[in-house]
Amino acid sequence: MTKIVIDPMTRIEGHLKIETTVEDGVVKDARSTGNLFRGIELILRGRDPRDAQVITQRICGVCPQSHGVAAALNLDSAFGIAGQIPDNGRIIRNLIQGAHVVQDHILHFYHLAALDYVDVTDVAKYDGKDSELNSVKTFIERGELGPFVPRYEGDYRLPPEVNQMATAHYIQALEIRRIGHEMVSIFSGKIPHSVGIMPGGATCTPSMDMITSYLWKLRTVQDFINNVYIPDVLAVAGAYPDYTEIGTGCKNLLSYGQYDLEGGEPDVTKQKRLYIPGVTSADLKPGKLDVDKIAEYVTHSWYEDYPGAKHPSVGETKPNQDKEGAYSWVKSPRYDGKVYEVGPLARLAVNYANGDPVVKELVDSALAQLKAPLAALFSVMGRHLARALCAKLTADNLEKWVLEVKPGEPTYIDNEIPEEATGFGLTEAARGALGHWIEIKGYKVDNYQCVVPTTWNASPRDENGNPGPIEQAIIGTRIRDKDNPYEIVRIVRSFDPCLACAIH
Amino acid sequence: MVQEVPVVWLAASSCTGCSISLLNSASPSIKNVLVDEVIPGVHINLRFHQTVMAGNGEQAIQILEDTAREKKGSYVLAVDGSIPSGDTAGYCVMGERNGRPVTLEERLEELAKDALVILAVGTCASFGGIPAAAPNPSNARPVRELLEDKGIDKPLVNIPGCPPHPDWIVGTIASILLNGLPKAEDLDDNLRPLAFYGKLIHENCPRRAYFDEGKFAKKPGDEGCLYELGCKGPITYADCPIRRWNNGTNWVIGAGSPCLGCTQPEFPNLPFYQKLVDVELPVIGAYWTGEEEDE
Repeated sequence: MTKIVIDPMTRIEGHLKIETTVEDGVVKDARSTGNLFRGIELILRGRDPRDAQVITQRICGVCPQSHGVAAALNLDSAFGIAGQIPDNGRIIRNLIQGAHVVQDHILHFYHLAALDYVDVTDVAKYDGKDSELNSVKTFIERGELGPFVPRYEGDYRLPPEVNQMATAHYIQALEIRRIGHEMVSIFSGKIPHSVGIMPGGATCTPSMDMITSYLWKLRTVQDFINNVYIPDVLAVAGAYPDYTEIGTGCKNLLSYGQYDLEGGEPDVTKQKRLYIPGVTSADLKPGKLDVDKIAEYVTHSWYEDYPGAKHPSVGETKPNQDKEGAYSWVKSPRYDGKVYEVGPLARLAVNYANGDPVVKELVDSALAQLKAPLAALFSVMGRHLARALCAKLTADNLEKWVLEVKPGEPTYIDNEIPEEATGFGLTEAARGALGHWIEIKGYKVDNYQCVVPTTWNASPRDENGNPGPIEQAIIGTRIRDKDNPYEIVRIVRSFDPCLACAIH
Repeated sequence: MVQEVPVVWLAASSCTGCSISLLNSASPSIKNVLVDEVIPGVHINLRFHQTVMAGNGEQAIQILEDTAREKKGSYVLAVDGSIPSGDTAGYCVMGERNGRPVTLEERLEELAKDALVILAVGTCASFGGIPAAAPNPSNARPVRELLEDKGIDKPLVNIPGCPPHPDWIVGTIASILLNGLPKAEDLDDNLRPLAFYGKLIHENCPRRAYFDEGKFAKKPGDEGCLYELGCKGPITYADCPIRRWNNGTNWVIGAGSPCLGCTQPEFPNLPFYQKLVDVELPVIGAYWTGEEEDE
């Protein structure tokens, strides 16, 4: 029996430890531990409810925009103005969130995940004229290789010329994702932690030059997604075919849906969205989302115990790091008592299950190129592929939406803070289902609860001993080399974990 | 011979927004900063940054601890996030030693004492920021306070902002590489470089004329000064209005939203969308005295 502890789990957001026990080369047990608690839900108490939109973005600097949207939807609902947001405001929220999520997917594949598959040191053998690659070659020749070495060794499978091309794409992707942030900034002032979304709509006054600037930055990003990002994911998946079977996980998928397509619907669960709210499983049959079935356990989390699980509308956060049997700051959200994975795979699978023809075509043709079955979606490479295809689907829709913005027309509806109210807001962050719940008393925040994508994915065991999605995806995996346990880190990174989010 | 400047970056109670902002550096690009000679003859050797580095777990920690030992007195320590301390220091840990998690408070102390210079990147590391907001559930503290407590006397520069503009981070580092450590007169009382934080937002705000005329926006999207919507520009030191964000694309007030005051020690303790009270407003060249509202 061997114990493998990976702490810190790097190239993710935040503080995560992964602990496994390996027997006869196979992972018998896995524990995912979130290692940073700030208590942002506690900090929100007693504040002006509108501050939630600012404070909750600071839960995470990688995915602030989706917290901004979740908070705004939450406050819209508590303030009684959901369904009254002007179309311009609704569309601009989509443009801000969409640009942010698309750049985040690009960042994840190239700057967080790729170094597990791409050997940058092969650029030392480069003999062409590309100035970027030659500057990397000079960097390698100087001999100080941080932050690219040390690393796990022994399983880089791409030929040198593909590694060189992928390294050039790593550098190009830095530029592309920066342009994605410029798109956010056009309508939202700055990013990370932008200001353009508030309860009531959006704050900017759109003009034609903003629309055209956004459109042409988007075209640059789309070109990259279609001609570089998706082909690179397929190339990596082709070279690491075993990873279309590794890291299967719980096979239950949940999506809250994302990007409101119409105004006028106050009930967020009935909203017509580009990504459809719903659940599905290995059989890819569609299931309706029932918000009442969401509940969080803290049995193995560092919080004061409560009986059973709590719905987030009555959730509580009382830190207790001395609690026996607890091993993480992440709570354990469950849907209908069961373990669910969230993320781009869930978004895509729910649309697929609902028969969305565009998504079916995207998924089927990508899998055909890999000569992989539909079941390959439930894997390390399946998650990377789903992320890339979501980037494409979102970007293609942003192109339509930006032209629907009406320069000079209102983006915002006036609103008042109620003395007492409750509300909730559901959306999808880059990493999956994101929900905020609020209770207002005396015009102030009385309780605020966030259930965040990585809260689902990195959760510890629940009251019934069911491991969380990442834990389940690791358990049962064969580890080829315990000193270089590539399998574990590749599985964990395929979920794109964000621990600042998960715990908040 | 190219000089290699070792840098280690510690993430304490942070959200990684400061690192993402640094990633948005336009000129030099982040690739220029990390791969090329950022200024001729000097290469920044980023040895530890948990969001960027290829290494995992133990091998990553090894690099961190080796740098402290082998590069004693010559490495730059960057910190983002405030640091849980005292009884709740265990609320933020990274890596293990002898089977026990190591707190960021311990890591900071170990790395700070032999650093060439310490950069507190972002408002959390500089002043406590978000985690330290009331009721400060983790007893999170800024770098400066912890260093003073531990008796560590090392050059410290605060680069606040939630997040800081990439130019403020890269500019501060470039200045150290070109001109040496900042002198006392280069920094304000809050240890911020005057080059970036020398003027109030209010002084350079393109909506300043509205303030002087007493023309105030009543809701987002209105024309006018955003003062009554809670703008913190009159008390906030930063060059956002002239530098602008995301490669010069826009800035907070440009998007019709009040400044949140994120480079200030007060952040985030003042309500964001409520009018400032009890502050002495600068009325440089103002026609309006602040005594009456416009008609």
